[in-house]
Amino acid sequence: MSANLRVKSSEYIDETHRVSFKFNGKTYYGFKGDTLASALLANDVHLVGRSFKYHRPRGIMTAGSEEPNAIVQVNDKTNRTEPNVRATEVEIYEGLEASSQNCWPNVNFDIGGINNLISPFLPAGFYYKTFMWPASFWEKYEFFIRHSAGLGKSPSEKDPDIYDHRNIHCDVLVVGAGISGILAAKNAAKNNFKTLLIDEKNELGGATIYQNKEFNKIDNQSSSDWIKKEINGLKNISNLEIKTRTSVAAYHGYNYLLARENLTDHLEKKYKNNKVRQRLLKIRAKKVILATGALERPLIFNNNDRPGIMLSTAVKKYADFFGVKCGEKNVFFTNNDSAYESALCLYNKGIKVDAIIDIRNNSNSKIVKAIEQVGIQIYWSHTVVDTNGYRRLNNISIMKLSNDGMTVTGDRINISCDCLGVAGGWTPAVHLFTQSGGKLKFDEDNNVFLPNKYPSDQISVGSCNGKFNLKEIINELSIKLKEFLKISQTDFDNIAIESEEETSKRNIWLLPSDKAIGKTKPFVDYQNDATAKDIKLALREGFRSIEHVKRYTTTGMGTDQGKLGNMHALGIIADTAGVKMGELGTTTFRPPYTPLTFGTIVGRNVGEFFDIFRRTAMNDWHIEKKAKFENVGQWKRSWYYPINGETMHQAVQRESKAARESAGILDASTLGKIDIQGSDASEFLNRVYTNAWSKLAIGKCRYGLMLNEDGMVYDDGVTTRLGENHYLMTTTTGGAANVLGKLEDYLQTEWPELDVYLTSVTDHYATASVCGPNSKKILKKIIPDLDLSDENFPHMSFKEAKINNIKCRVMRISFTGEHSYEINIQASFGKALWEKCIEAGKEYNITPYGTESMHLLRAEKGFIIVGQDTDGTMTPVDLQMDWIVSKKKYDFIGKRSLYRSDTMREDRKQLVGLLTDDPNIILEEGAQIVSELNQNPIQMLGHITSSYFSPNLNKSIALAVVKGGKDMMGKKLFIPMEDKIISVTVANPVFFDEENKRLNA
Amino acid sequence: MFVINCPYCGERDQQEFKAGGEAHIERPKQPTELSDDEWAEYLFMRKNIKGVQFERWNHAHGCRKWFNMVRDTSNDEIKLVYKMGEKPPLE
Repeated sequence: MSANLRVKSSEYIDETHRVSFKFNGKTYYGFKGDTLASALLANDVHLVGRSFKYHRPRGIMTAGSEEPNAIVQVNDKTNRTEPNVRATEVEIYEGLEASSQNCWPNVNFDIGGINNLISPFLPAGFYYKTFMWPASFWEKYEFFIRHSAGLGKSPSEKDPDIYDHRNIHCDVLVVGAGISGILAAKNAAKNNFKTLLIDEKNELGGATIYQNKEFNKIDNQSSSDWIKKEINGLKNISNLEIKTRTSVAAYHGYNYLLARENLTDHLEKKYKNNKVRQRLLKIRAKKVILATGALERPLIFNNNDRPGIMLSTAVKKYADFFGVKCGEKNVFFTNNDSAYESALCLYNKGIKVDAIIDIRNNSNSKIVKAIEQVGIQIYWSHTVVDTNGYRRLNNISIMKLSNDGMTVTGDRINISCDCLGVAGGWTPAVHLFTQSGGKLKFDEDNNVFLPNKYPSDQISVGSCNGKFNLKEIINELSIKLKEFLKISQTDFDNIAIESEEETSKRNIWLLPSDKAIGKTKPFVDYQNDATAKDIKLALREGFRSIEHVKRYTTTGMGTDQGKLGNMHALGIIADTAGVKMGELGTTTFRPPYTPLTFGTIVGRNVGEFFDIFRRTAMNDWHIEKKAKFENVGQWKRSWYYPINGETMHQAVQRESKAARESAGILDASTLGKIDIQGSDASEFLNRVYTNAWSKLAIGKCRYGLMLNEDGMVYDDGVTTRLGENHYLMTTTTGGAANVLGKLEDYLQTEWPELDVYLTSVTDHYATASVCGPNSKKILKKIIPDLDLSDENFPHMSFKEAKINNIKCRVMRISFTGEHSYEINIQASFGKALWEKCIEAGKEYNITPYGTESMHLLRAEKGFIIVGQDTDGTMTPVDLQMDWIVSKKKYDFIGKRSLYRSDTMREDRKQLVGLLTDDPNIILEEGAQIVSELNQNPIQMLGHITSSYFSPNLNKSIALAVVKGGKDMMGKKLFIPMEDKIISVTVANPVFFDEENKRLNA
Repeated sequence: MFVINCPYCGERDQQEFKAGGEAHIERPKQPTELSDDEWAEYLFMRKNIKGVQFERWNHAHGCRKWFNMVRDTSNDEIKLVYKMGEKPPLE
């Protein structure tokens, strides 16, 4: 039976609602409102995990998101498992299972603990130094290092939860709902600002709701009672939205913030299903008020990491808020007054406090006097020099500090205790401020970094701005709010406040021990096991920059980003190197402030919503015919249509043969279509294409090649002149958006004088391309009125027609080399058109073919595909397409670059055809080409860009780019593969119907 | 993420825009007259300033208009936006 350390009912814990949960397989009970940490402490469980490097036993140290030690795996071996979760943030629910990380076989007996015994051999940089040599052994080392790296286990099953994103625009965003945040949000909202208040906890009010009642008064009431009334009043303010359990992860420029809202993590499994688990809020705020508070610092002394050693305010929060005592024999160790408030809280609840060890010489604060009056012994000017107890603290040793604080004197005094509350002062939570680009300044008096220069419309208020007592906080808030929101008054301008005031300060970053530093373990970064000793070693080894020391010692590189110990690391470096903290600067605080799940980041964009798909009007038909699809840009295009269990090769061979022997049909709707109009349209085309356009007659089509300004082929396609000042340009499927963008760029910036208008009409039309010797007969059946004679409707021309009274545009153009027609119709009639073609073509065995057969057919003709046979380094001359480059035109995009010395080299890679000596071997696309096999090093001449087995030629064909290939016709080259060498002969890239007889067949 | 004041549409989120590199580099009117080096200067050479920089931006998912922006690259402060064809500010 576990011990029960509940002290007294707390209004935040529902003792009528018992909750059972498991930790490391054992069942415990807590109450609704408990965190995993408070419930474990109530069951007297302090040992929660093992540290990263030395596997030292570690317990719960804090009561918040800054927790470095108590990180656990929740719901291990389920599809909802999550590693590295802070026990201090997990709200317990019926059925929760949590387990310790980084230990084997279990947390009480961990084999890795041997690292602690051999720790003198594991200094900072141990891995860097040790596994350097011999280099060939790295693979062996790596296995073991990887095995021992990492803390929790990542989930291996599909995440069952739903995640979401939401955009929020507000006038004022207030981050943090402590007393500053609550007052700021209330006054902003009441002054007609649309306000959003966010807090990471489930209760508003921060630490004020359980603040000492005797010493902190507002309006003659205790501050805690007063703030609770304020919190109740917030509900009635209409333009104030409040988000609890919501943690701001990132603060970017222009007041753009990302926050994670937790919606179901605290609920039982049965309430989680089919609900959004976490939501990423994308907040754009006109003004931001940061009231993120401050984090209590630990103190850095020998063996300061044992389970039972906690932050003093955490001990207080567990007692006050959760009604749990963290120990039976409590001692506090402090350099400021806050430990006295914690001690008084325990005393008032009847919990034993044996002593307070204070490194200061004295203090006259009222709260210190109160402690003296109740008879708790205070050891002034003393420090803890050692602690004992392996799995739980049982004893500490203290000694008197020398005047300069560098050494200890006198004899050790041993004090038996099972909980040590440590209070090292406060670190303002400036993380979000610096993420936004804010610059800090160092306050020498209080040893804190404070916001200095604001990069956007924002302020920091309260303790994140270095104000630590109630009176100061509220007075400053009133002044700052009025200025920031430009309002004449707040509702707390003249309120009476009483609060504690600290009268004495002393700060020592690294407390001395009676042992030499080399024999001590003063932890600075608990999670990564970086000690003060490691930092000093790094400095001795010559590291000076704080960023370098951080990476060498891994201080601040854990999942907690060193929220507790970073300031001490800086202080120790400054003291050791003899520089001022302000000059040292800080390491960078990067988003997220607390870890985010991947689910939150991707939101709904998973599975079929991972990316946007575009589908053609004929898509349903393709699916019905069980087409295989391929992604082209964002389009889903039919790749091939297997029938009767055909392989891809078999299907493509059948489709390609049918297209040449009788009739084929291709869904060409995805080609980019740009409608070009205006009195300068012809001139515009002249400037963007390499060939001449002025003389193209109305009703005619022309193939065009578009270059980049650097002379390299950018896009190609057929453009049709629809009217005097009206063209329809087609582009490659993948290039459509970029081509339109590029054309707009030239029109708007270089040639604004041209009267030209561009409109994307890709989605407006569906296109069926019917090809093959029987295509004419099929078209005749569909459009009987249209005169299809070569005289009336020759190759490379266009006609307007009607199918069942629906207007369509028919182009007689061909990408296969066959007699062929492209029918464009309003997209909504696309499927009807397609089905009509199929029906009409039935008697000719019309065969739908996909992109793979299209590629094969055009390769037989040696037609290039931009992006497959070109890669942004090919000029038209390289492609042996000199015929399309106008010599007469004065200028076009890329023309000048064709005469650069580099583009005119004879030995550039040029497009050629390749035929394998063995006609049955199909070359691999991307394979390298050589001419000499016995060279060393062997010279690569180029590579294969397209390769197919041609069913119409009954042999393997390939296109390739080869250095100086133009002059290699008939030359033997070699393709060395892993298991064989393939010999090939350079050939004309036009393999089929060189005379283009079939176009008019 | 910036908020950009498109000169045609007003304030919009950065994700609607596309950056287009350095501004005020005019395409030579007579490219054929240029030496290889002069052409290369136009084609390839771009500044990358830490500080105030003149840039081209396109409201790609909005009005599709190109415009100019003066931005301090050290803190991302957008000092000014102005239309294509308008003269750059002297200061």
